[in-house]
Amino acid sequence: MPAATPDAKPLLQVKNLRVEFNTRRGTLVAIDDVSFDIAPGEVLGVVGESGAGKSITGTAIIGLLEPPGRIAGGEILLEGMRIDNLPAEEMRKIRGRRIGAIFQDPLTSLNPLYTIGHQLTETIQTHLAMSMAQARARAIELLAEVGIPAPERRIDHYPHQFSGGMRQRVVIALALCANPQLIIADEPTTALDVSIQAQIITLLKRLCRDNGTAVMLVTHDMGVIAETADRVAVMYAGRIAEIGPVQEVIHNPQHPYTAGLMASIPALGHEVERLSQIEGSMPRLNAIPTGCAFNPRCPRVFGRCTVERPSLLPAGKSLAACWLHAEGSVPLDLNKDWSEGAVHA
Amino acid sequence: MIAFVLRRLLQGVIVMLVVGLIAFSLFNFVGDPVSLMLPPEATQADRDAMRQALGLDKPFYVQFVTFIGNAVQGNFGISLRLGRPVSTLLVERLPATLELAFTAAMIGLLVGIPVGVYTALKRDSWVSRALLTTSLVGVSLPNFLIGIFLILIFAVWLGWLPSFGRGDTVKIGLWSTGFLTKSGLKSLILPAITLGFFPVTLIMRLVRAEMLEVLRTDYIKFARARGLSDRAVNFGHALKNTLVPVITITGLQLGGIIAFAIITETVFQWPGMGLLFVQAVQFADIPVMAAYLCLIGLIFVVINLVVDMLYYLVDPRLRAERGGSGGH
Repeated sequence: MPAATPDAKPLLQVKNLRVEFNTRRGTLVAIDDVSFDIAPGEVLGVVGESGAGKSITGTAIIGLLEPPGRIAGGEILLEGMRIDNLPAEEMRKIRGRRIGAIFQDPLTSLNPLYTIGHQLTETIQTHLAMSMAQARARAIELLAEVGIPAPERRIDHYPHQFSGGMRQRVVIALALCANPQLIIADEPTTALDVSIQAQIITLLKRLCRDNGTAVMLVTHDMGVIAETADRVAVMYAGRIAEIGPVQEVIHNPQHPYTAGLMASIPALGHEVERLSQIEGSMPRLNAIPTGCAFNPRCPRVFGRCTVERPSLLPAGKSLAACWLHAEGSVPLDLNKDWSEGAVHA
Repeated sequence: MIAFVLRRLLQGVIVMLVVGLIAFSLFNFVGDPVSLMLPPEATQADRDAMRQALGLDKPFYVQFVTFIGNAVQGNFGISLRLGRPVSTLLVERLPATLELAFTAAMIGLLVGIPVGVYTALKRDSWVSRALLTTSLVGVSLPNFLIGIFLILIFAVWLGWLPSFGRGDTVKIGLWSTGFLTKSGLKSLILPAITLGFFPVTLIMRLVRAEMLEVLRTDYIKFARARGLSDRAVNFGHALKNTLVPVITITGLQLGGIIAFAIITETVFQWPGMGLLFVQAVQFADIPVMAAYLCLIGLIFVVINLVVDMLYYLVDPRLRAERGGSGGH
């Protein structure tokens, strides 16, 4: 696996990102002090429950937050250049050209009234100086690359003439049109049949490896993350709870929330009478507790957790926002907290 | 596609037969035409002879079939008021009404669509709010009142435009047009604005609502994520998706404009079919009323057919051949 070396100059840097929604009932903080890097060619998985802020992070990076959402603080840098405060027209030229995006539902991501060829050539010609014929040739090439059979014929078909899996392939082709350096894939397989999901993930992984494209893969499916990602960020209530190499996070979680999340995933080959679950639910954005957002549900909660918010602290090979690591980077074995029979606070 | 058109044509024929039945039954509501046509001192024998000559002694359905047969050939009898063939009268009046309706519909589209798009894109600007408020006035003010206001301002106070009539017309074959003369165009302005006011407000509000809906869809978000220009997203992708309902409403509006030009034509003394109809009602001129009813029915049927076919042009999902597609 190339590229994913930790000391490579980061492609994307997100620094202390804060996203707010001004509503009639006051300001909601959807993303609070989120920082992470993505190296060229690296696949960063972003996991978390619904409402943890995964998608909003992705949307904020491509500058498509819908009002009343807005970036209220922090910086987003692409190859060292700030992109969060660019004028709309400058940002538009980055979207699709340097940062591509794939959204959840392939059935609704394509405009039903235009052929896929039209949508492909339109995107290609927006970003690359190509004639209509060149753009069309490139579009056919892309369709072949994403595994659409008979692309010369299929290019003139409308989205409704494709199945869900095929449509997501078209969407991937659209995201890859101008060979972007980064693709933000927001739940790219969630709307698809399980049998198709693996194909799409394999395809995405292969294409990005071949083109050296980095991916920010937003999903709640740990299986997909384990298969695909180099590193993974676990989000909780708009913050990053833990970020680290994927195997490390899965097998040796350093944040009690990550440990709970991993323990709640059913695995084949393990006879378990009951899956463990984390008591309670993620706080709503207007009721995030002081200190660590996870403290009301945490089995290891102690005094400091309820008063002071932990920042990301070194924890083994990962970073975890947990006061358990305040004393130094001693890896903890948190797995037993969630094993059967463990007494929860 | 062909099966669809045939089905629609058949439905249209059925509608026209029903309209014809209603038009035909008008004749029976205003008493015995024989006693109207003959002098009071006519004998019973005269009446019977007249009745036979007119075919009124035949059973109802025979009379109806005769009526439909004549109507299909454009023969609606003689106007009781003007003593001339109804079909000739209608052909004379049709261009005036169609030109007025066409101009009003164009105003509706050319003003309604851009304003609708603008108010959807600049949702919160004060210009949008002002336009929306004005459109409310347009929806609620009765047509004739707008016409009278316009006459008062532009014809009476300012004296810029004529307050009634059609101005000079030029005859091209059977068609007399007011588009080619200065006075004809000047005369057209006020009635066309009056008649077009409601469609403008309706189309604008419809386009706005549809645009707002479409702008929230995933494919618009994805189009933006692909880096397409605002222009391409708003007009290429969003506007086209709003067109299907707009075509429907505009089509129906066009029928409505032609049918309800009656009021505008009366206010402006516009020599069209509507004015002819109003005068016919005052004189109980049944043949004219029946013919007008049939003609308006026909216009609606034709417009609906055209609208349905336009869907096929706009929306590929409808024209997809069955089978051979990837399925879902």
